[in-house]
Amino acid sequence: MRILMFGWEFPPHISGGLGTACFGLTKGLAKHGVDVLFVVPRAYGDEDEQAVRLVNASDVMFDLEDKEYKEFWSRVKYMEIGSNIIPYVAPEDFEKVVEKNKKSGQEFTSNVFSRRYQFSGKYGTNLMEEVARYALIASAVAQKEDYDIIHAHDWLTYPAGIAAKKASGKPLVVHIHATEFDRTGEDYNEIVYGIEKEGMEAADMVIAVSNLTRNTVINRYGINPDKVVTVYNAVEPVKSKETQAIKKNVKEKVVTFLGRITYQKGPEYFIEAAYKILQKDPNIRFVMAGSGDLLHKMIERVAALKIADKFHFTGFLKGDDVNHMFALSDVFVMPSVSEPFGIVPLEAMRINVPVVISKQSGVSEILKHALKIDFWDVDAMADSIYGLCNYDALSETFKKYGKEEVENLKWENAAFNVKMVYETAFR
Amino acid sequence: MKSICLYFQVHQPYRLRTYRFFDIGLNHDYYNEFANSSIMQRVAQKSYLPMNKLLLKLIKEYGSAFKVSFSLSGMALEQFEAYAPEALKSFQELAKTGNVEFLAETYAHSLSSLKDKDEFIRQVQMHAQKVEELFGQKPTTFRNTELIYSDEIGATVASMGFDVMLTEGAKHVLGWRSPNMLYTNAINPNLKLLLKNFRLSDDIAFRFSNQGWNEWPLTTNKFTRWLNELDKKDEVVNLFMDYETFGEHQWEETGIFDFMAALPGAIYKNTDLKFATPKELGKQLQPVAPVHVPYPISWADEERDITAWLGNDLQKEAFDKLNALHGKVKNISKPDIQRDWLYLQTSDHFYYMSTKWFSDGDVHKYFNPYGNPYDAFINYMNVLSDFTIRVENEGVHVDEELKDIKEAVSSMSEKAEKAVKKTTKAATKKVKKALEKGKELNFDDIKDMSDSAIKKLLREIDIETLTVALKDTKEDLTERIIPNLGARARKKYNELEKELKKVKKSDIKKYRKAIGDKLNELFGK
Repeated sequence: MRILMFGWEFPPHISGGLGTACFGLTKGLAKHGVDVLFVVPRAYGDEDEQAVRLVNASDVMFDLEDKEYKEFWSRVKYMEIGSNIIPYVAPEDFEKVVEKNKKSGQEFTSNVFSRRYQFSGKYGTNLMEEVARYALIASAVAQKEDYDIIHAHDWLTYPAGIAAKKASGKPLVVHIHATEFDRTGEDYNEIVYGIEKEGMEAADMVIAVSNLTRNTVINRYGINPDKVVTVYNAVEPVKSKETQAIKKNVKEKVVTFLGRITYQKGPEYFIEAAYKILQKDPNIRFVMAGSGDLLHKMIERVAALKIADKFHFTGFLKGDDVNHMFALSDVFVMPSVSEPFGIVPLEAMRINVPVVISKQSGVSEILKHALKIDFWDVDAMADSIYGLCNYDALSETFKKYGKEEVENLKWENAAFNVKMVYETAFR
Repeated sequence: MKSICLYFQVHQPYRLRTYRFFDIGLNHDYYNEFANSSIMQRVAQKSYLPMNKLLLKLIKEYGSAFKVSFSLSGMALEQFEAYAPEALKSFQELAKTGNVEFLAETYAHSLSSLKDKDEFIRQVQMHAQKVEELFGQKPTTFRNTELIYSDEIGATVASMGFDVMLTEGAKHVLGWRSPNMLYTNAINPNLKLLLKNFRLSDDIAFRFSNQGWNEWPLTTNKFTRWLNELDKKDEVVNLFMDYETFGEHQWEETGIFDFMAALPGAIYKNTDLKFATPKELGKQLQPVAPVHVPYPISWADEERDITAWLGNDLQKEAFDKLNALHGKVKNISKPDIQRDWLYLQTSDHFYYMSTKWFSDGDVHKYFNPYGNPYDAFINYMNVLSDFTIRVENEGVHVDEELKDIKEAVSSMSEKAEKAVKKTTKAATKKVKKALEKGKELNFDDIKDMSDSAIKKLLREIDIETLTVALKDTKEDLTERIIPNLGARARKKYNELEKELKKVKKSDIKKYRKAIGDKLNELFGK
């Protein structure tokens, strides 16, 4: 079986949860004998710091000599398409990024595509034009290449997926990592919603990363439940020696929030819980790692609550610093208001950090060894954190079984489920 | 004849390096050595050295007719010593001329006057001492960080023996009154106040090179014309500014050095003003009135208040958390803790956290090593967290020492108790021997007893009984008994004795007899 996949960044350097998921999935598929032609928009505007900072989670470095990795490449063909599409960027921000790059004198040349797909048009100045242009190139790719199924990840690549389907008549699978409602709440962008809906309707099968997301797809987009399947994400195992050498720097317990500091991640609930705990137990430090549009507001809140001596901000963490942060942590908290899946708690658990997660996250559907709370229930959150910090029996249990649990969440298994979806679509 | 008073502020903070959460508890090196040394060297080359040279030349040229005054913060002095000793030397040369007055300020260029009087006084004394060491003069004039002033701060400064203090001629404080006169503190009139003429000061310090200013370019002729236009009743023009104005804020290319070189000559030629130092003015001028400043003022920004340093929650939180450590820090003698305690108090750290000019931030941005106030806050709090841990760890040592002392004391008192028991035994024997001679003991016999025996007796009788029994008794007896009471018992006795006014003679007798009985019980057969 051969798949034409429209995805995101690719090894050896990946930033962002979606890129990590696409790579993990592709790797898993390779193990099941599925060949993938992987098409990514190669952004020439994304060097901008603002855009990079919008991206969440860990960088994953790859060992190019790795056998498995070589095996993987024998099954994957990789192709870049010159494009300004940047993941996680709203149409309004896109304009800003492009505008900024223009001012700084960065050139937008039109010959950055791979040799065969020279495209004469200028780069679009808005995201929608760019998405459409990407789709145009996609249909050209679709006609030249040979494959059985088209697989598109998230809305920016749906028009490409639809174009490819029209050009080739091959079945389309769209993969929902996040919907517009997850990104913006109720204040959603109609055009983005329209593209998402069109993609899901045109698709033969829809993959959602959790039942939470599956319900959104069915209820908010009116998609036939029969063609929507939940396939949970997984996590790459980590080499344990990497984190063992790290020494803890403070004697207090460390409780960490790590993610983009935006509305949907619920950072303010974390702060309120921290405040409650610190009134009772001064032997805990809280860390908010990450950056985002609410960062400054959160700093002001911490100062106003007068807990800034026990509540720390690290800013955006890159690469090894993420694992370093986990290694220093005694509890990880993900209080997301809306989280289609949420891979970060898995990353915490795999290096022995107990987690508290909101029930409003997709990952809470599969995790057993995590304390689950409603994101708004600050009291329950405070209780859980306090318990994990003070009752060793509890935290030890979570560490032991949590790691085991996460290690069983393999991309190989997720890929198998995706392969089953392909087969359904193919029929 | 009017006076003109030049006062220049020299200050450089110890800027912090990027200090991350991961550093807390592990790394105690807080300062950006590279930035601090290179900035100090650059400013010395561009500003301090050429301007000192110019002032020295003017003093040689005009002799005692040209005078200036300086305040150099302790932070600047330490950085001179470390990174630019040649600049310090040139200030010392200025000091030798006798035409330069050096003022006192808080050693750390801190905001301690707003929160912590003890720390404020400590830092002022520390700074005055440093100035005396380096420049050979004991400061009698005081200027607070950023010219911060209030009635209360002025009263504290007066109580420390300063004669003159400088502050801002803030409009909202002066109202219709002129800043160009000598005023006094509202609480203590012994402290005289010189107020900054902010219009003429800022014409040089801020507007000199501003080509959008309708008076640009500023010439000495124009400036002396303005001086001549001042009210006849005005007595002094106080030109107070940062010393970095010359060559750093206003580059050499703007002609600022040429302006200053020509200014004294133009003043002699065109006006009848004479140069004076704050100390001289405090003696020469008659104060016109007290000035009331219930809330602190400063020389910063349009508002002339303290909101540039303590205006938002971030600044207040950082400042409060820092000050909360004072009680512990003052008991720690470790030099590195004492050093960091000072360096972290420097007002600049709080200035960097100001959100007042978040949008346009020209002046603030110029001085700010951080991209935004939030980064400044995070970095400072990380450093402060590490410092807090160190201070608290020292606290543990102190506690341990205290424990050692307590143990030593308790073992000593044990020994003492044993010794007391021994002598008591001996005394008892003695008394018993006396009793064997057939003598019955009574209350008056106490005066012949040993201290240890009296102590033993006193343990057996309550203070109330004793107080009544001692009423109107002979002095020699009281003198034997009272010193043998414990501190607490003595206090109680004194209290009771005061309350006890009239007691029936029969009662006194009764109580004395009771004590006599006890005496026989203890020491009798």
